[in-house]
Amino acid sequence: MTTTTSEHQDDNHSHEGHHEHHIPPGIKRWLYTTNHKDIGTLYLWFAFIMFLIGGAMAMVIRAELFQPGLQIVEPNFFNQMTTVHGLIMVFGAVMPAFTGLANWLVPMMIGAPDMALPRMNNWSFWILPFAFIILLSSLFMEGGGPAFGWTFYAPLSTTFSGDSTALFVFSVHIMGASSIMGAINVIVTIFNMRAPGMTWMKMPLFVWTWLITAFLLIAVMPVLAGAVTMILTDKFFGTSFFDAAGGGDPVMFQHIFWFFGHPEVYIMILPAFGIISQIVPTFSRKPLFGYASMVYATTSIALLSFIVWAHHMFTTGMPVAAEMFFMLATMLISVPTGVKVFNWVATMWRGSLSFEVPMLFALAFIVLFTIGGLSGLMLAIVPVDFQYHDTYFVVAHFHYVLVTGAIFSIMAAVYYWLPKWTGKMFDITLAKWHFWCSLVSVNVLFFPMHFVGLAGMPRRIPDYALQFADFNKWISIGGFAFGLSQLIFLALLIKACRKKGEPVTAQVWEGAEGLEWEIPSPAPYHTFETPPVIK
Amino acid sequence: MSQQPQQHKKMVLKLVAIVVAMFGFGFALVPLYDVFCDLTGLNGKTANTAAIYESVEVDESRYVTVSFITRTNTGMAWQFAVETQQVKVHPGQMNQVNFTAVNPTNRVIVGQAVPSVSPGTAALYLNKTECFCFEQQILQAGEHVTMPMRFFVDPQIPKDITYFTVQYTLYDVTTAEQQVALNRG
Repeated sequence: MTTTTSEHQDDNHSHEGHHEHHIPPGIKRWLYTTNHKDIGTLYLWFAFIMFLIGGAMAMVIRAELFQPGLQIVEPNFFNQMTTVHGLIMVFGAVMPAFTGLANWLVPMMIGAPDMALPRMNNWSFWILPFAFIILLSSLFMEGGGPAFGWTFYAPLSTTFSGDSTALFVFSVHIMGASSIMGAINVIVTIFNMRAPGMTWMKMPLFVWTWLITAFLLIAVMPVLAGAVTMILTDKFFGTSFFDAAGGGDPVMFQHIFWFFGHPEVYIMILPAFGIISQIVPTFSRKPLFGYASMVYATTSIALLSFIVWAHHMFTTGMPVAAEMFFMLATMLISVPTGVKVFNWVATMWRGSLSFEVPMLFALAFIVLFTIGGLSGLMLAIVPVDFQYHDTYFVVAHFHYVLVTGAIFSIMAAVYYWLPKWTGKMFDITLAKWHFWCSLVSVNVLFFPMHFVGLAGMPRRIPDYALQFADFNKWISIGGFAFGLSQLIFLALLIKACRKKGEPVTAQVWEGAEGLEWEIPSPAPYHTFETPPVIK
Repeated sequence: MSQQPQQHKKMVLKLVAIVVAMFGFGFALVPLYDVFCDLTGLNGKTANTAAIYESVEVDESRYVTVSFITRTNTGMAWQFAVETQQVKVHPGQMNQVNFTAVNPTNRVIVGQAVPSVSPGTAALYLNKTECFCFEQQILQAGEHVTMPMRFFVDPQIPKDITYFTVQYTLYDVTTAEQQVALNRG
């Protein structure tokens, strides 16, 4: 592992004078800030607010599905809820949370004073709230907001959608622009601003996984922008990209969308792999097992993610040869993913384990993400996919990888680095309550979805056959409990931001290693203005 | 340190170039997809222009059965049918099948038929010399029309394809068409 000699008070350096910014008071500090830590905080809070809004929509969905029959909301509103819930969670919660973590951590981990392009960093955050205001306000339009599912398949989104489609398209454009700017910033920072001695294979895994994620982002977000633009022109300007009558092809939409969509899946999970690879060694008090294989596994997952997209489309009537190709390519991804899970377990093997809250979330991640990965393997098998397609089995699968995968990793990361950010230990009792309540409720929520899915309950429908009533009641109860559990997290975060709690040391966690643990806690506003020396 | 902004700029330009290229690639997928499907016949699309029937050798040693299905898209009011639902033909032999369409409404409707062949690989061997699907059809209120479709099956068709289905879907394209007419006027 890397060690450093901290040289924050470098005598022969005359930076002091012109570098000592004064921080404007109040809201202006946040509006004008170009500081990577401030922007990281903004991203994280924004993501958390979006998580609560998207979660509230999930509560509406679960309330409607609590009993069979239609009782609480109109089917059209139900469809808007499933659509906007998906969009908010993907583009508003998970992706900005990871960008926030990258902002906070990447410069501190590689010994850089800030992100490479601080002013663009400010922009890439501050356009996000507008994107989501546009998207959310479309719900109040006549005819309602987007109701065609977050995947906005044509011709549903081009023919049978409301006028709010235009707002949907523009908000996705803005979200995409924000992600692309964030990704460019991360890449330039990592390429150009590593401290002397921080070679590629010494970089912490969180930095590695984010670097690869950033490349995925700049490769596929423009394709998404293209897809929504085609939807916009098909709907409002008479083009026929996806209209069969005009010579277009609706199946082509699915190809273009999933060419973006599958790498997007890895955009939302690779940084999680990085986080877990930081946390597990700390609480095992052992270096990460197989560092190099982790880097190669991440790279191969990223490359493979470009040749598996059509496994979302097995039922569109592809030739058998194509189905075989996409099935096998998809299954191939489980090899590097398996390498990662194996490495985490091997890191813990014979380690001096302790179970602080970040470690609890990391362990839950490893087990539950693997469950989600296994159901993904089942879905990859062509003949059975015909049964699973568009059922709750798919819903169970991607919520295991996204909620107990991506979101649990984000929570693990917040608990792991929060003391470094605030300088105070968070409320451990509340944190444990948050963990155990979330762990139990999330499984009550998502595990039975496997069963109703296998039994044939279709997704995205506000009603269901009577035989699914019992399971759905349990699922809804799990959902409400999981939603309420997040309020514990909210309380804890508010408490932490008000700097309540025991002061912590620079290292915070006994086994923590890396540059970010060598600067004082709380991390000073400016760090590594003089690059650290890495032995 | 002083070299860094220069370095950053170079890197950002490269990355922006990738972004622009990938945005272009998204749109390039549209023609690429069509070319790919034309070459392989994967999505069952047939040629949009008339084939020429010239010095085609008829392979009388075998038959290919061709079925026809008609359907109207949601919102299309025409009654659309085919007179012969199935024909048994020699590859290379010229055939004609008649389709009928009635516009039972009291307004003008412009229709566009889109053919699709299943299995998709057979699409490459269906040669139409005359087809109502090549252009839009305009039917006045209550008008009735018989539309011939003349085709031959390419003698190159693989021996294992002995049966294929041609489905015609009829779309109502009136609004778009009327807009064009208004623009011209």
